[in-house]
Amino acid sequence: MSPIAETRPVAITGQRRRVEWLPVILFGAFVLAPVFAAFSGAEGYVLSLLTRVMIFGIAAMSLDLILGYGALVSFGHAAFLGIGGYAVGILAAHGVEDALVQVPVALAASALFGLVTGAISLRTKGVYFIMITLAFGQMLYFLATSLASYGGDDGMTLAARSLVAGLPLLKGDFALYWVCFVCLLGTYVLARSIVASRFGRVLRGSRENATRMEAIGFHPFRYQLVAYMISGMMAGLAGCLLANQAEFISPAFMTWQRSGELIFMVVLGGLGSLHGAVLGAAAFLLLEEFLPEILHMLGFMLSTDMQARLVENWKMVFGPLLILIVLFARGGIMGMLGGRHE
Amino acid sequence: MNEPQLALRNLRKAYGALVVTDGVDLTVQAGELHAIIGPNGAGKTTLIHQISGLASSDSGQVLFDGRDVTGLPMHKRVRHGLARSFQITSILPKFSALDNVALAVQARSGSSFRFLGDASLEADLNEPAMECLNLVGLGARAAIPAGLLSHGEKRQLELAIGLATQPKVLLLDEPLAGTGHEDAQRVVETLRRLKGRITIVLIEHDMDAVFSLADRVSVLVYGRLIATDSPEAIRANAEVRSAYLGEEAA
Ligand SMILES: Nc1ncnc2c1ncn2[C@@H]1O[C@H](COP(=O)(O)OP(=O)(O)OP(=O)(O)O)[C@@H](O)[C@H]1O
Ligand SMILES: [Mg+2]
Repeated sequence: MSPIAETRPVAITGQRRRVEWLPVILFGAFVLAPVFAAFSGAEGYVLSLLTRVMIFGIAAMSLDLILGYGALVSFGHAAFLGIGGYAVGILAAHGVEDALVQVPVALAASALFGLVTGAISLRTKGVYFIMITLAFGQMLYFLATSLASYGGDDGMTLAARSLVAGLPLLKGDFALYWVCFVCLLGTYVLARSIVASRFGRVLRGSRENATRMEAIGFHPFRYQLVAYMISGMMAGLAGCLLANQAEFISPAFMTWQRSGELIFMVVLGGLGSLHGAVLGAAAFLLLEEFLPEILHMLGFMLSTDMQARLVENWKMVFGPLLILIVLFARGGIMGMLGGRHE
Repeated sequence: MNEPQLALRNLRKAYGALVVTDGVDLTVQAGELHAIIGPNGAGKTTLIHQISGLASSDSGQVLFDGRDVTGLPMHKRVRHGLARSFQITSILPKFSALDNVALAVQARSGSSFRFLGDASLEADLNEPAMECLNLVGLGARAAIPAGLLSHGEKRQLELAIGLATQPKVLLLDEPLAGTGHEDAQRVVETLRRLKGRITIVLIEHDMDAVFSLADRVSVLVYGRLIATDSPEAIRANAEVRSAYLGEEAA
């Protein structure tokens, strides 16, 4: 039918072409960063910081999949980071050090946790959903603190990073960086595809008007549950990477504050664009890292005593600053850049 | 007479002390256009909610194609061919008009647990959707986000979405509500074309439309059906005139 050929593709591609340079620049920056890191004189530090950014980028993006496209405000998403981390740590403690086993186990455990907790939480809406996901997250947190043989409260140091097919491929910081990059890119491409697919369209439709979706024959619950599981698996993968990056696991992986930070990253970046969540994670972590130094510089006119106190209490500035950014830049960083969010 | 396409048996519903559906019995034959009229607050929308499964019934039965669907949720009834529109427009405002309809096509064509491939480019979904849009006269507006359509166009979109589910029975809750003369004409024309092809239960306050379209008319007052008859007989019915038509004239 000709009207389709005439109206559709024009409107769609026109819209897309305008913004698609953003992810290209973003991923391009991650590709080029190691080159600059080599010249920076603090290679290890830069690499490990950016590796963390990418890992949290994966976690924030996974949250964006359900929060931005499904309006499901999960306040327990850090639990999946913990599941991924503990899968690596616990298996390694029992001599299973290969990522080819650890990662599938982590993904399966995340899917299972997502299935059980999602099936319960998704029966509630709004603030109840937030509270119940928070409760499940806390449950897992307390479970981790009680695992005395795996470090309990204090957590446990990994003897080494995971092997890949028996080889110590993740040993170097560069190697880990590139593995995280590939995971980030892979997760992004997969999430992009999901969002545009039939499944993603049902998820997006359910966000806008669940009753309408039921009236055309969809049961939003089923789609939301599967999305919740997929999102959890992606965050579980991030947990595996985080354990390897830190070479350490602890219940701190899954505190409710961590879940809150993930939500913040997504909102900061701009809901519902996926790469926005990565930008949000980057902005959050870099600000957290450099704010003390920025404050030190900005405080040059103050007495040294005041300056020191300002730097020491940088978190007092960090919180309000984040809130101001979110308040004044509606749509987050993506909104400021004029990107499409959908 | 054949087995009715849709039958309500002693259907009841109360909101607290307020009885909104009070023992409604109704049969609708296949291909019939059956109008339900009644004053504001008579319980027409609630009845549609009960038939479509959006609201549960306190007692009684909804039989569709001879099958008891009273316990089925709305999304399952739709899949059996019992679709509805909403009095208060219910669309996906950020989706294009075409995507709104294509999603309804998607619901009945294959699995939606597909994670690859851009759904908005699937010709198998877009072509039937486009046909539905053309049928209601929205073909030229396919690419517009539904939230930006005019009120009248949104009402037409509601109808197109309902049709895209390929219903055997379509329940229409005031499809003309709030539309201008031209849009209303267009919807009436569409309904006339659909008449006989699918079974339609039409709730409408526009009496010209009702009496020109309906095969039979039922009158609902305070949750009770006080009459079901041909349009001519309803027009002549004294009880109906005092309960409803008279009220309008006054
Ligand atoms: N969810 C609800 N809770 C409580 N009362 C309700 C609810 N829905 C409807 N009612 C009441 O039930 C009665 C019937 O409402 P309904 O919307 O079915 O009437 P209607 O015939 O569709 O009216 P209108 O012509 O104005 O659309 C009204 O008195 C209304 O206030
Ligand atoms: Mg009504």
